[in-house]
Amino acid sequence: MSNEKERTRKAGGRPPKNVRVKGAGAKDVKGTIKRLMNYLAPFKGRLILVTSLILISSVSGAASSLFLGVLIDDFIEPIMQMAVPDFSQLAKVLVLMACIYLTGILATLFYNRIMVVVAQSVLKKVRDEMFAHMQKLAIRYFDTNHYGDIMSRYTNDTDTLRQMMAQTLPQLFSSGTTIIVVLASMIYLSIPLTVLVLAIVFFMLKVTGKIGGKAGGFFVKQQTSLGEVNGYIEEMVSGQKVIKVFNHEGKTKEDFDRLNEELRENAASANVLANILMPIMANLGNLMYVIVAIVGGFLAISGISAGLTLGAIAAFLQLTRSFTMPVNQVAQQVNAVAMALAGAERIFNLLDEPEEIDDGTVTLVDAQYVDGVLTEADHRTEMWAWKEPLEDGTFRLTRLRGDVRFFDVDFAYEEGKTVLHDINLYAKPGQKVAFVGATGAGKTTITNLINRFYDIADGRILYDGIDIKNIRKYDLRRSLGIVLQDTNLFTATVRENIRYGRLTASDADVEEAAKLANAHDFIMRLPEGYETVLESDGANLSQGQRQLLAIARAAVNDPPVLILDEATSTIDTRTEAIVQRGLDSLMEGRTVFVIAHRLSTVQNANVIMVLEHGHIIERGDHDDLIAQKGKYYQLYTGAFELE
Amino acid sequence: MVKKLAGCIREYKRDTLLTPLFMVGEVVMETIIPFVMARLIDYGIDMGSMGAIWKYGIVLVLCALLSLTFGVLSGRFAATAAAGFAKNLRHDMFYNVQRFSFSNIDRFSTASIITRLTTDVTNVQNAFMMIIRIAVRSPMMLIFSVIMAFTINVKVTMLLIAILPFLAAALFGIIRLVFPVFDRVFKTYDKLNNVVRENIRGIRVVKAYVREEHEVEKFNGVSEKIFLDFSKAEKLIAFNGPAMQLAIYGFMIGVSWLGAKMIVGGTMTTGELVSLITYAMQILMALMMLSIIFVMLTLARTSAGRICEILDEEPDLTGRESGPEVADGSIEFKDVSFSYENDMNKICLSDIDLTIRSGEVVGIIGSTGSSKTTLVQLIPRLYDVTAGNLLVGGKNVKEYNLQTLRDAVSMVLQKNVLFSGTIKDNLRWGDPDATEEEMVMACQLAQADGFIRELPDGYDTWIEQGGTNVSGGQRQRLCIARALLKKPKILILDDSTSAVDTRTDALIREAFRTYIPETTKIIIAQRISSVQEADQIIVMENGRIDAVGTHEELLASNQIYQEAYYSQVKGGALSE
Repeated sequence: MSNEKERTRKAGGRPPKNVRVKGAGAKDVKGTIKRLMNYLAPFKGRLILVTSLILISSVSGAASSLFLGVLIDDFIEPIMQMAVPDFSQLAKVLVLMACIYLTGILATLFYNRIMVVVAQSVLKKVRDEMFAHMQKLAIRYFDTNHYGDIMSRYTNDTDTLRQMMAQTLPQLFSSGTTIIVVLASMIYLSIPLTVLVLAIVFFMLKVTGKIGGKAGGFFVKQQTSLGEVNGYIEEMVSGQKVIKVFNHEGKTKEDFDRLNEELRENAASANVLANILMPIMANLGNLMYVIVAIVGGFLAISGISAGLTLGAIAAFLQLTRSFTMPVNQVAQQVNAVAMALAGAERIFNLLDEPEEIDDGTVTLVDAQYVDGVLTEADHRTEMWAWKEPLEDGTFRLTRLRGDVRFFDVDFAYEEGKTVLHDINLYAKPGQKVAFVGATGAGKTTITNLINRFYDIADGRILYDGIDIKNIRKYDLRRSLGIVLQDTNLFTATVRENIRYGRLTASDADVEEAAKLANAHDFIMRLPEGYETVLESDGANLSQGQRQLLAIARAAVNDPPVLILDEATSTIDTRTEAIVQRGLDSLMEGRTVFVIAHRLSTVQNANVIMVLEHGHIIERGDHDDLIAQKGKYYQLYTGAFELE
Repeated sequence: MVKKLAGCIREYKRDTLLTPLFMVGEVVMETIIPFVMARLIDYGIDMGSMGAIWKYGIVLVLCALLSLTFGVLSGRFAATAAAGFAKNLRHDMFYNVQRFSFSNIDRFSTASIITRLTTDVTNVQNAFMMIIRIAVRSPMMLIFSVIMAFTINVKVTMLLIAILPFLAAALFGIIRLVFPVFDRVFKTYDKLNNVVRENIRGIRVVKAYVREEHEVEKFNGVSEKIFLDFSKAEKLIAFNGPAMQLAIYGFMIGVSWLGAKMIVGGTMTTGELVSLITYAMQILMALMMLSIIFVMLTLARTSAGRICEILDEEPDLTGRESGPEVADGSIEFKDVSFSYENDMNKICLSDIDLTIRSGEVVGIIGSTGSSKTTLVQLIPRLYDVTAGNLLVGGKNVKEYNLQTLRDAVSMVLQKNVLFSGTIKDNLRWGDPDATEEEMVMACQLAQADGFIRELPDGYDTWIEQGGTNVSGGQRQRLCIARALLKKPKILILDDSTSAVDTRTDALIREAFRTYIPETTKIIIAQRISSVQEADQIIVMENGRIDAVGTHEELLASNQIYQEAYYSQVKGGALSE
């Protein structure tokens, strides 16, 4: 229903980055890559440039790993043979190398700088699209998806995507090039030794894969433990005042210690494995060096392998050192790519959610009477009309009165679980219509249908005689002011929060609305008055004060129809009475829907509907219902309780 | 700050110290290995001596094994030390938070305490691991490699040393430029997350007010700012790699020229040349790592500061080690004034004079923000009075041991919270040793027994965090039962029956009258019917007592009371 529970384990902005869990790969890898490509397509020119720059940079990198061997064998050794050393050849090649290196350095610099902008542009586009799309999703999406889950697409998932584009991919590319160049040189020098190296590298990858996999398992455990500890902290610190009141600190500490110790054990296990990976890799590399030296030396000295000179072995040994590093890098980055693809897929899933359908054609316009005829006005007139396009291309204007009728409306949030049955009701313009009933009886659902947060399964809802399905949602909602039990204030000043109701409202309008909602006095007592910045949903205000602000927000909107969904539930009855009087005068002649728990809130309504299990079981005004001696009477006399 | 945090290492001191120790071993081995490798080439391969190859090969394998052992051990100890340090850090923070008074909690706000205990601890834990591993490793690597390089060839090493300051200046210069931009990026990220969070939570408000475009604009603004700042920062960072490469390649060219001459001149071997280049790489990498650590530490500094604030916070309200028992449930306010900020200019309660006899029923009513809750929170000494005196059981509340006082004063808070656990678990908060009968009895008084028995698992029903799986009225009654189990001398209900229907509400009060007549009962309510039969009713307005009297007296004389009364009965007779 409306108050979807939000269970968020993580507090604060960015989630910790050290706890990455592997294993959650993308399901449709090809599709995901294809779509990512679409995002990159506009940067085609720059990407081609980047690719060539990376190639240049990697070649110059690979050249540096080959350079030493060549330098020693082809230049230093010959010079040593000369009677009179001639360094001119060496000087030439060094200048040449300097040029190659410089080109490589410049290439690296430029591809990095270009890629940063490309990656950030793509990310901005993804973010913006995601947010804009999210705004268009039906309420249903937010009911069925966890808040933390949606959040993580903006944080974790985009971040892995950024790393992949700006760091992983270029690195993979250059590591790959290095591997190929080095491998080719190794093969050129000695095929048997190359086979030996490949076999050892294969073994190294097996070992690290195994350790990595095991570490992954512990990281999952660590993640779970961390979730538990953080969840416990959140629950207990949130209830800290209750802990104080009950002298419960001791027990709380005990439980905390247990969870904390569990987390320590799992974190230690996971990180031990992760930490020992590097020394293992490095020393396996050293071992490989020795093996190659011994085998190579044996082959050369014993003369089994013809053509394998001692110099070649020295060069080969140098190459093996340049070989293991990029191989390790590639192995590690494959994981990063898999994670980024999984993140990208989650982002695309959000983007693929179907938008809220809005095919209404009737719009809401300001209206006025000119010579007794209702016409469209180009300024705010405090009078509205529905503008309905007719088949002959003209428009019909119907004055907005706030006449809402339900005909045989059925509704289910989930297929097969009907929560509203055969609802028939009519709210005449200017009436105050109230709904009472237990939690889950369907009160909020009815109002959710009027503003089309959900679409009805069966029946019809007419608004001033027009089927609401034909009204553009934008205009339908504009005509309805809603105050919900959950206030949902935004991080902004008090003034901006009230102005949220109507962005064009002047400061005076805002203050007038605040006075009407009886919020002015307490606002003036805030440190900065109307300019006080509210944070995290107005955490520094009492629940009652937040509700008064929400009412002011609706009041400044000055809507033709107002829906109050438990809007005054935490305000004391006396203040409520004052607020009610203000709203009554504001809404005079307009329709008001009121949902309330407290019967005193609804007593003066023109019609009170008593709902039970999705049926309207009684209707009438207070006196009628008391006279009927039915459910309402029982509620009123306290024989039944509402929950 | 560092000292404070280091205090959390405690029993993990051994692991913390062993980590860099083994790390030194590993670094030594890593610097020796290239040296041996050079020997292997010079005396083994180049000379074509299988014996030398074997000799240096075995030395190399031994070195590698040692290096492996040291590396694995240092990695292991680093992990246990960091995990242990984080555990102690969390432990200390959590324990200190448990000492906090209400005003300490208010000062930090719940959300901020949670962030400090979670996200900030993780940041500092990572930084700690970095320090004991890499912050030791890199300088060591730097020093040993330089030493080794010098032993091979002084002249060439001088060339390397000459390059270093330029590179260091470049790396740290880049960081100095980038850091403020990154700092801004992170703040903007928080803002972005905040916009998203508020939009997900408040999607109904956004849609109801048709503010989708407004929100998208707001979001795009923040998103654009991230794009600009992030691009700027990363474009600057992009100079890092090339600066490194410039140094490495420059050195390689220089060393090749010099080296070639020396080799030809016979003062250097080819193997030495190779080793020199390896050492140069290691030195430059170490420098690079240092610059990265520098960034990490600067980032973690903010978190560390926020953690220390929690650790340093002293509870501003402490009771006596031991004190008298609470004699009875009488309460007396003598000229009490109170301010949350402890500032007489921002007063919330002023000049409260009130006498409540033991066993009395006292009702408190007043409008939203009239400081009703503030008034009763002083009784169990959740806050200290700013001026005046408050007596409970004939003695100043400050004379009691806090635990004794709060055991005697049971309070059901307005924001009542249940914890995840069974109903029994929750009830035992009131009395850990409560028997089954006592629990049932308390629930009967609170009119909760009936609905609990209807639940599938009865008293063993699992309550979700915050008690979200029971209705508001049920939650309130469970909270009352929990408070009753303390068998208090004073029971305070702060708007604790607002979601309970009037009939049940009346039954609860009736039960109180019958079964716990000696207990002083203070009831804050919005419903007149909840306080109507109280011995005295206090009407609060703007932090002052507007009037005190019985229902009849107030109805006859007090305007606020009359208004409240008539707003609820609206002409019709009040039922019951």
